[in-house]
Amino acid sequence: MSITKDVLTCTMEFALPYHCYPIGDQAITLELGHTINEEINDRVMSLFYWLKDEQIPGIKDIIPAYASISLIYDAQIIRKISPKTSPYHFVRTILLSGLKHFDTPQIKHKRNISIPVCYDETLGPDLASLADEKQLNIQEIIQIHTAAIYRVYMIGFLPGFAYMGKVDERLMVNRKASPRNQVAAGSVGIAGTQTGIYPFESPGGWQLIGQTPINLFNPSASSPTYFEPGDLVQFVSIELDEFYQLKNNPS
Amino acid sequence: MGIRIQKQGMADSLRDGGRFGFQHLGIPPSGVMDPVALFVANTLVGNEPDTAVLEMHFPAPIIEFETTTLIAISGADFDASIDGVEIAINQPIIVTANSVLRFSKILAGARAYLAVKGGFVADHWLESDGTQLLVGRGGFKGRNLQKNDQLAFKQTFNYHIEEPSLLPWRANVADCYLGKTIQMIEGPEFKLLNDASKKIVRENSFVISNNSNRMGFRMQGASLELREGYECLSSAVSMGTLQLLPDGSTILLMADHQTAGGYHRIAHASSAAIPSLAQLNVGETIQYQFISLETAEQTLMKQQRYLIQLAHACNFRLHEYLANE
Repeated sequence: MSITKDVLTCTMEFALPYHCYPIGDQAITLELGHTINEEINDRVMSLFYWLKDEQIPGIKDIIPAYASISLIYDAQIIRKISPKTSPYHFVRTILLSGLKHFDTPQIKHKRNISIPVCYDETLGPDLASLADEKQLNIQEIIQIHTAAIYRVYMIGFLPGFAYMGKVDERLMVNRKASPRNQVAAGSVGIAGTQTGIYPFESPGGWQLIGQTPINLFNPSASSPTYFEPGDLVQFVSIELDEFYQLKNNPS
Repeated sequence: MGIRIQKQGMADSLRDGGRFGFQHLGIPPSGVMDPVALFVANTLVGNEPDTAVLEMHFPAPIIEFETTTLIAISGADFDASIDGVEIAINQPIIVTANSVLRFSKILAGARAYLAVKGGFVADHWLESDGTQLLVGRGGFKGRNLQKNDQLAFKQTFNYHIEEPSLLPWRANVADCYLGKTIQMIEGPEFKLLNDASKKIVRENSFVISNNSNRMGFRMQGASLELREGYECLSSAVSMGTLQLLPDGSTILLMADHQTAGGYHRIAHASSAAIPSLAQLNVGETIQYQFISLETAEQTLMKQQRYLIQLAHACNFRLHEYLANE
């Protein structure tokens, strides 16, 4: 690599806005933006897969999010590798060295997944109020929600809970003012420009518009979650009888 | 052969250092609340430091040993006795078949840990023996222990002795617990607090409210305000993070925290302070002491060095004792 190229890459790296900070004395976050945006999330995913492949000792978890990536590390192990530097600074240097991988975003990990969803008022208790608020009929809501291909920006909140986006502006709606104590497993919800599915029964504040009969968490599988960060998801509308058929005979 | 739960405690579960490597899938580590107690209890019985132990709250369980083994209790002192004879924490004990371990009251701390030589047979799920309650995997059948549960030991321990016996050494871990002053480093959104709120966090005290558990401690105290409204995108959180909720109250995330969150991160408890936090009961008052990241790293290193020395000493004593039998 020529010196000129090195200088150029350097300049490019530092031209990218980023912010690196500790989130504890054994955890670090690299923030690449403040918006839900495919380009930024592509960079997050590139870093995620690069860090996974590097298998750096002492890094216990690599957690991608919308516009940031965080590492949970073991300071004791890091100190063995680099006794003289602060573990934070050591990990920070590794993380920042990954910024050059932005040049070649790795999109090989994206899978296309379609998810059957029954948009019935018995399964989507907020459908009617959403229709009212947005002055749409339920058919239009279904049409808009199923038209888009959503990206799994990140997984969190519950095991396997995929934060997907972006939801069409016509369906954008705030979280419920007071969360439900119990949201059924499989419920499909909207919060702002995000959409997601609850893999477990749990309390939750997202506006619920339907339910999938698919079991999104299989503890016996080596990869127990249905989704992975970076997946591309499209919802397919199904009728109530088909929902119960699939729910009762999963195969 | 192992233990049988004669009476269940409030929330007894098998825990290890945590299930790491799966947080990108939303699966939290859910390890022990008190990592020092995990290390010490295991070290005293000659286990690898991360071996799953029984985490107990008060009221604690009544435990019957079905066979002879070597045990140690660390963390909280719940006034333990075996067959009516008081026993100390942080000391290895050989228990005999049919002996019964009871805990009568809280003398100090909030979570006690029982290690047995070789560890408990557990449901190994995603590289950890620890319990994951929501998924219902890991630990003992993925749940808290109940009356009459029988937990087997991974190893047998052949030692000829008539009655339970304390081995003649103790681990001194006093320096690992720093009391009610919790060392913190500033979080990324600390600077967004208004000046009055910054002063409150630095100087006021906060009470651990009733609404606290392994997920997090809801802190009761003066309400905090931001200088300006500012939405955070969800991102990863870590154990010890002090989050600001929209109503001005705060929550300190503990071992069962979710993997990601979108609330403002005011501060983070230093790793060396986590054991102290884990041993606080609901209703206790704490104060934050802000330190630099470098100081937090140094303090943790000092704690870890001390524990390694302790482990060497314990291994030496145990080896010598068992060899002379």
